[in-house]
Amino acid sequence: MANAATFQAGSRVANVGDYFALLKPRVMSLVIFTGLAGIVAAPGHIDGLTAFVALLCIAVAAGASGALNMAYDADIDRVMARTATRPIPMGHITPGEALGFGWVLSVASVTVMGLFVNLMAAALLAFTIFFYVGVYTLWLKRRTPQNIVIGGLSGALPPAIGWASVTGNLSLAPLLLVAIIFMWTPPHFWALSLWRSEDYARAGVPMMPVVRGKASTRLQILLYTVALVPLGIAPAAIGVAGPLYLACAAGIGAWFAVEAVAVYREPDAVKEPAAHRLFRVSLIYMFALFAALIVERVAQLAPLSPWL
Amino acid sequence: MALTVTSDEDKARRRRNIAIALALGALVVLFYVMTLVRVHP
Repeated sequence: MANAATFQAGSRVANVGDYFALLKPRVMSLVIFTGLAGIVAAPGHIDGLTAFVALLCIAVAAGASGALNMAYDADIDRVMARTATRPIPMGHITPGEALGFGWVLSVASVTVMGLFVNLMAAALLAFTIFFYVGVYTLWLKRRTPQNIVIGGLSGALPPAIGWASVTGNLSLAPLLLVAIIFMWTPPHFWALSLWRSEDYARAGVPMMPVVRGKASTRLQILLYTVALVPLGIAPAAIGVAGPLYLACAAGIGAWFAVEAVAVYREPDAVKEPAAHRLFRVSLIYMFALFAALIVERVAQLAPLSPWL
Repeated sequence: MALTVTSDEDKARRRRNIAIALALGALVVLFYVMTLVRVHP
């Protein structure tokens, strides 16, 4: 029964790589990175082993969320070109196996976080999984074009979880980092959805270009970018980040804005070259900001304001 | 019960079992070390 998929035509038995693919390793890498930034940027001391456990729990919980998302969305993934080669649509893993795998990792990561790090970090981790699986995947994704806007909160929380791993509580600074990723998510995903809109329409996912049209999506990408760029600079203004961060946030932020304007004015609605560029810039922006935050803290370039 | 498993399927299953064993072993080591750190900080 559990191995029913093994005997489908064209499928094969699941290998370790299939289970690794269920963890969405590329999403996980960004989550590990922003979670690490939260740990490094937080005031106070955390021993190396506890920091490692916190990061491991964040990574495993992110992977578990990915597996649960693939279990519940196998019908969507099957009809979209980008996701048709995932292990469940390929028939290598059944949705039930992915559910078991995802829930075991979810419970394990939250439990270990609570036992070895602290309860605040564990509670935030549990909330993040709940928000991604319960609110985004099961509730919003199929129902509203605001799906990735609201659902983006779960992807934005890792820096706050990392911060709470050190301090046991939250403050303005980690919430600012959360707000930056939250504002970043709509331009990032809507850029992708501009050139994947037929795919989303066929799968019945109400992405913004499908429901409101491309013109409205371009305008909203621009508006979120206008909100994002100053917000990206704010950590330098309140003393969480230093000059290197400021240079990255301003420089790449300006580049981000230029590409968002190019997407707004895009004449080629078939190939969407500007949207491709914006998508790439958005990834560079996110990595650069959090890398700068980590480098500055490790090199002690950014003394933390005492009131934070 | 007459289902026979091919050698490829058998190998894949064996590798999965090894991966699970390694993960569980790593968890045991992690719990042991974390406990030591907590008891003798």
